[in-house]
Amino acid sequence: MMTDPQRHTAAEMLAAISARQLKDGQVVFAGVGVPLLAATLAQRLHCPGLTILFEGGVIGAFVEPGKLPPSTNDQRCTKRANMVLGSADVLLLLQRGYVDVGFIGGAQIDQFGNLNSSFIGDPERPRTRLPGTGGGNDIASLTNIIVAMKHERRRFVEHVDFITSPGFIRGGRSRAESGLPTGGIYRVVTELAVFSFDDEARRMKILALNPGVTREEVADNTGFDLVAEEPIGVTEPLMEQELATLRMLDPERLFIS
Amino acid sequence: MGFLASAGYYAYGSNDRTAAEEMGAVANSVVPYARLREGVSSRDRSLREKIVSLEQAASFVPDGASVGIGGSTMSRTPMAMIWQLIRARKKNLSCARGIVSTDGDLLFGSGIADHMATSWFAQGILWGLSKVMRHHVETGSARYDEWSHMAMGMRFRAGGMGVPFLPIRSMLGSDVLRLRPEAKEMTCPFTGETLLLVPALNPDVALIHVQRCDAYGNAQMDGLQFMDIDLALAANRVVLTTERVVSNDQIRREPDQTKIPFFCVDAVVEVPYGSAPHECYGVYEPMTKHLDAYVAQVNKSPVAGMRAYLDRYVYGPASWNEFLSLIGMDEILQASRLGRSIHDD
Repeated sequence: MMTDPQRHTAAEMLAAISARQLKDGQVVFAGVGVPLLAATLAQRLHCPGLTILFEGGVIGAFVEPGKLPPSTNDQRCTKRANMVLGSADVLLLLQRGYVDVGFIGGAQIDQFGNLNSSFIGDPERPRTRLPGTGGGNDIASLTNIIVAMKHERRRFVEHVDFITSPGFIRGGRSRAESGLPTGGIYRVVTELAVFSFDDEARRMKILALNPGVTREEVADNTGFDLVAEEPIGVTEPLMEQELATLRMLDPERLFIS
Repeated sequence: MGFLASAGYYAYGSNDRTAAEEMGAVANSVVPYARLREGVSSRDRSLREKIVSLEQAASFVPDGASVGIGGSTMSRTPMAMIWQLIRARKKNLSCARGIVSTDGDLLFGSGIADHMATSWFAQGILWGLSKVMRHHVETGSARYDEWSHMAMGMRFRAGGMGVPFLPIRSMLGSDVLRLRPEAKEMTCPFTGETLLLVPALNPDVALIHVQRCDAYGNAQMDGLQFMDIDLALAANRVVLTTERVVSNDQIRREPDQTKIPFFCVDAVVEVPYGSAPHECYGVYEPMTKHLDAYVAQVNKSPVAGMRAYLDRYVYGPASWNEFLSLIGMDEILQASRLGRSIHDD
């Protein structure tokens, strides 16, 4: 059953649509917040065989409803996991190639999918020192990533102030030429639309609009020109089951309010 | 006090530096191999009892030391040891940890540390940016050197392996690398590919909190081990705090659970709830009410709010137990109930 758009939050929409990007049988390296929640949602719905990795050192987690971990380094991440290991070792699985998809959040993104979570303003004299990369740089450097983030003009910029986690860097072949022969940014999911990247210039394009969202609305909230490739799809509305499962997983609404 | 005999070791600024060492000091102090080996050979590595008080343990951390901090984010953080170092009014500590949360706030906010190498520094994802870190970094009173999380891990691993660097395939092409001239790009002599060499990190002292160890320092960790094994091997001194001290017989019944061997360890302190208000796997989860109140106070005022917090919770209490009683019995019991529930099925 479909849901009335008035009855869910933007964060719930983001989590549900992000979860749909995952496929059963994949190995996914999930960051904290919406990625962790969306990967867990996918695991409960269409991806029962999804293997979730956390950078605290967890392989194959089944997070318990109502006990979402406050970070990916907490004991709650290990619930019903197949294995725990050192945090450098779980990150090295990315380098060895065992991970199909990296799934992370973003603070600021540009037209080539580069992410900034380090500085606002000049890094030498930062206006704001942000928390930094964590495992984001490793995940983005070593596998295909899905980014789930809020869609605002100040977050979707032509060039990020600082490349914390690389997308396609300056587009074209610049990523491979920088020493990153594998991976890249695969999807960006926001409360407005799902985006992919064209094969040549490696610039962001709209893949599908979220239900009820117009292209103008997306353009108004984006600080660069989006590549348009007709026809643009429309994402299926949120289903009752997705919403109910999300709320069962996060009853305290830590990540879905 | 044998451990102080080599205290000069900590001070790289003495008058016998070679050009290579000078370069090393600039490049984030990769310790020359001879000095690294000498550091180990000069330690008493015999099977001996090492139990000291929290106060005595603080003397293992000289002013200006580089300090590796175990655990990650809000898990198995050696908070009691950090608390004690603040009380002992240490100076100019240079710290490193995989991921930093409120421990970093306290280190910067108290003024005992002015440098942190890490991959992420905030108050925990539930609270977002650290106003304390921002205040000190944006005003230039402290430095935050950012590395990727894997790079931090491989730096400790290189340190633990006794090699000056390890190659990795991340950070390349990013501005994180642009700000880290200490890391060097190289062309692989076998494949011609571009690799990044990250320098070994051999802290003067590692602070690690575990669930149990014996009086010799054989340490058993439950749950997530983070980078603690590499960190213990890399460091030139290891100070262990532990939820409980168990017998050597108990350790020998399950030697496969021992993650840090005794000869890496220089001091053992029994400190129940030694990670409070952070979590210790299987024992307690984070004490979120205390952390909520802390974050509200220091984010409102990163200097005065922090000073008031330190006065009340760090300098004020007569002992660690008194600090715990300020957190409060209700919260400690709730955290313990949640901590133990990881074993429920």
